Amino acid sequence: MTTAPTPVPTPAATDPSGGAGAPGTAPASTPTVPAQRCTGAHAPAGRRRRPRGGSWLAALPLLVFFAISFGLPAVAIATGAFTASSDSETGAGQLTTDNLTASVQGAYWTALLSSVKLSALTALLGTVIGLPIAQAVVTSRYKAVREAVLSASGVLANFGGLPLAFAFVATLGNAGELTKLLHLTEHGWSLYSFTGLTVVYLYFLVPLMVLSITPALDGLRVQWREAAHNNRATTLQYWRHVALPILFPSLLGGFVLLFGSAFAAYATAAAMVGATVPLISRSIADALSGNVLVGQGNLALALSLDMIVVAALVMAVYLPLQRRSARWLS
Amino acid sequence: MAQLISRLRLWRGAVLLVAGLYFVLPMAASVYFSIDDPKGFTFEAYTGLLGAPGFTDSLWLTLRLALVTVLVVLVLLVPALIAARLGTPRLRAVLEVICTLPLVVPPVALTAGLIGVLRWGPDHLMDTPLFQTFVFVQDPKFPIVLVVAYVLMSLPLAYRALDSGLRAVDVRTLVEAARNCGASWPRAVVTVVLPNLRGALLNASFLTLALVLGEFTAASILGYQPFAVWIYSVGNSQAQMSVAVSVLSLLITWVLLLLLAAAGRERRHRTPARP
Repeated sequence: MTTAPTPVPTPAATDPSGGAGAPGTAPASTPTVPAQRCTGAHAPAGRRRRPRGGSWLAALPLLVFFAISFGLPAVAIATGAFTASSDSETGAGQLTTDNLTASVQGAYWTALLSSVKLSALTALLGTVIGLPIAQAVVTSRYKAVREAVLSASGVLANFGGLPLAFAFVATLGNAGELTKLLHLTEHGWSLYSFTGLTVVYLYFLVPLMVLSITPALDGLRVQWREAAHNNRATTLQYWRHVALPILFPSLLGGFVLLFGSAFAAYATAAAMVGATVPLISRSIADALSGNVLVGQGNLALALSLDMIVVAALVMAVYLPLQRRSARWLS
Repeated sequence: MAQLISRLRLWRGAVLLVAGLYFVLPMAASVYFSIDDPKGFTFEAYTGLLGAPGFTDSLWLTLRLALVTVLVVLVLLVPALIAARLGTPRLRAVLEVICTLPLVVPPVALTAGLIGVLRWGPDHLMDTPLFQTFVFVQDPKFPIVLVVAYVLMSLPLAYRALDSGLRAVDVRTLVEAARNCGASWPRAVVTVVLPNLRGALLNASFLTLALVLGEFTAASILGYQPFAVWIYSVGNSQAQMSVAVSVLSLLITWVLLLLLAAAGRERRHRTPARP
């Protein structure tokens, strides 16, 4: 996770510095450039030194492992979602779209919508809260603050699942320390609700946002701000017309990353809210453990397919954005 | 102007303070909750852990799973990534796709798919030797199916860690230099490239380790009881102990990830020296 937001394509990175400091930086970077070029233009000459096909051979174990361990479940989901369950009374194993139709109806549709709603809300809040924190860290005079916040973010962004749920139950749950101290229950507070879940999710989403937006904020040049101020722009105008448009792809990319994490989360919700907030991940787990009507055994696979479709759409937005934001901020 | 600047600084401090409070409070409250007692303080939740039924078994299972997963991830990824640096760009593109795809499949969906595959065993393969493989893979003493799931889940993390490490090292030049000095292929990789990747290897291992230690989804749905699932089952009966275990597991994860952050920082300090 800590390394996730940083992949900046090297060609873009060398581009802006090439104008000013090309002669100075040249000695070390020149050997790599012809080497790369020669693989493209004079492929036979470049390949002579390497064993032919050896690179694919070295990657073979990974490719085989992936084909089996990822391919088989994918096939199972794809076929299972479209065939009648083996426990159904009529037509077991036949092609059908019943599973899929059932998976976007009634309680399952509610769960899917509620999952999407929760993920979108927490991702939006995470983005809005994470940006000022990241900005405060980036512009801080103290290097120690920066190091401390970024390290803590790295840890907290990975702190999901059960421990998080239990920590919040101990803090804000019905018998939690803070609940008892401030008599929150009398004010209508409940951790085991949509709001409660939002507060808990933000605990690992905000650090994730700080981590993923910091490189982009680092990339904002001081000169841009100075240029804007020299043209009599106020701080607000600078943010509205200069900084935010440049940051927009990174912000949207971060939002999508947060959405994906919140959408896939299962353990936290499972340990905390039970059935009070319907979530698609919980529906799948329930369906897998047999809590469905007879003949709907393959429903879990159809629900998984729904979930993968949503996640795939999200990733389809994220990956191009990440490349685009690298263009400005290198 | 000076007033504006000081106001800005005040704003920055306030943001960090509020954020800090929000992030520290649950941890402090958990620690307090786990030692809170009507008669004062008690450390029973911590001392009673070792004797709790299932504690050592589940911890031992998790540690073995973590070790095997880390080894498998490294053995699969490292040769492939080094080869991709040296070989055709097409392999790099393929690897990037392979290591990003697991992100698209949430753990719950992956588990559903695995269960779908495992069902083929009794359904279609009863009389074939493959059936024994299915049984072997699901052995509750050491469920290989969990290792498979964990390796898939950690592929994106480990890939990013290793790839950024490889990016900082000019593998091609290193290998060509070693080859020119007469080193064989394996020797060039093991004695020249791998030592240069120590930070990245540690990074990838720590991330994988942290993932396996905290993983709950796949294990609980598939019906095994590694540490995270054990904590959950304890939480239903003994709230205080489950919070105590959470605090402990949090501490362990913190130490692991802080070590990782330190390793990463070291690497980052070194990289500016390179152009």
